[in-house]
Amino acid sequence: MNRLPAFTISQPQSVAEASEMLASLGDSGRLYAGGTELLATMKEGALLYDTLVDVKTVPGLADIRVQDGELWIGAAVTHFSIETSPIVRELLPVLSYVESRVANTRVRATGTLVGNLCFAEPHSDPATMLLCLDARVVAQSTRGERQLTIDEFFVGAYETALEEDEVVTSVVVPLPPANWRMAYKKFQIIERPTLGLGVVLELNDGGDSVATARAAVGCVSESPLRSSAAEAQLAGPLESLLERLDAAGDSLADEADLLDDREGSAEYKRHLIKVFLKRAVQQALQSDGPSR
Amino acid sequence: MSDTSAQILLRTTVNGLDVAVAIEPQETLAEVLREKLQLIGTKVSCNVQVCGACTVLVDGLPVSSCTYLAYEARDRQVLTIEGLASKDGTLHPLQTAFIEENAFQCGFCTPGMILAAKSLLDQRPDSSEHEIVEYMEGNICRCTGYRSIVAAIQKAQASVADRSS
Repeated sequence: MNRLPAFTISQPQSVAEASEMLASLGDSGRLYAGGTELLATMKEGALLYDTLVDVKTVPGLADIRVQDGELWIGAAVTHFSIETSPIVRELLPVLSYVESRVANTRVRATGTLVGNLCFAEPHSDPATMLLCLDARVVAQSTRGERQLTIDEFFVGAYETALEEDEVVTSVVVPLPPANWRMAYKKFQIIERPTLGLGVVLELNDGGDSVATARAAVGCVSESPLRSSAAEAQLAGPLESLLERLDAAGDSLADEADLLDDREGSAEYKRHLIKVFLKRAVQQALQSDGPSR
Repeated sequence: MSDTSAQILLRTTVNGLDVAVAIEPQETLAEVLREKLQLIGTKVSCNVQVCGACTVLVDGLPVSSCTYLAYEARDRQVLTIEGLASKDGTLHPLQTAFIEENAFQCGFCTPGMILAAKSLLDQRPDSSEHEIVEYMEGNICRCTGYRSIVAAIQKAQASVADRSS
């Protein structure tokens, strides 16, 4: 049986201590939360660390709370805890849904949302929806704290804008007003999803027109992305929205710079984007509030 | 700062029994269960948390013991297939239903299947067939074609409901 290489585990008692540990370890150490991505990759020999810094021993990072109209999710909160959180189910059901469809039940029980983002695996479900929800990542080090948008956070596949000594303590998601409609759709036939697609539609006062729209696509590029052209095309009267969807889907696909790979041809992925954009928009509009 | 060097004394509870065992930080729960506690009912197949064969429950939730560090089980309750039947040997309704519905052939995926199903039925005893399929989709069987597995879970579900009504 393939085994993990030997390492030690450090147990910081504060974010500052974790940051100091990461600074002194450099490339030989890495922050460890649920480990679902990290340990599997280490087992396959693609990553090697002498020390894992267990962020879960830092008190106060396991909470989900609402503050000033925003949802704060701590670094040690698992996908399962978010999926089943009464707060998330009530205030941001789309996120509960996204989390309920991450990987498999075992990964959801162990893996954390923040860990998922920090690993920057291109097939992340929550990353795509969080981009669509204008979420931010809170990064702390002994040098201070900063917040990054999801767009700023992802630099490429498996690569984030985090400095070596920075610890992501929370993800912050602004809670949607009552006139927003949203949905997330994914398509998966192999181990990881082939496509993830999120939409957020802000309806006007009369409820007959899309005032502003956001659309994000994931899994088909190094990082999830939005298309301002697609979002402009989605805005406008609801009665003609169906006619605009095809062009909006093309815009989203253009932005993604699709490649032929083992998950399918670029042409196939363009088709999927258009089909799933339509499904996501239809589902978003079926609800009478900001539900999934 | 407390560092764990080469060995850790792991204190955990396995199948209701308190256990203290020396482990190394990189040892997985499956390795400790199988090699140090001789609980070989936990099977390892893909070894990278995709197939579900190695599923055990920690505090009632399923984990892939092949990639879950034994370190994480400290002060927690671990349940393996060996701990599912009553002390007098009476099988759990899921075990009985798997036998009655012929929900296995080679049996390698079965401990993981049964434990995952137990977690689902404990959390959501009234799960629909769709919810059962969705929950179990991360547990892979290469023999039966799944139909009999879903039937067994539904049978156990009915049996548990009867017992508690």
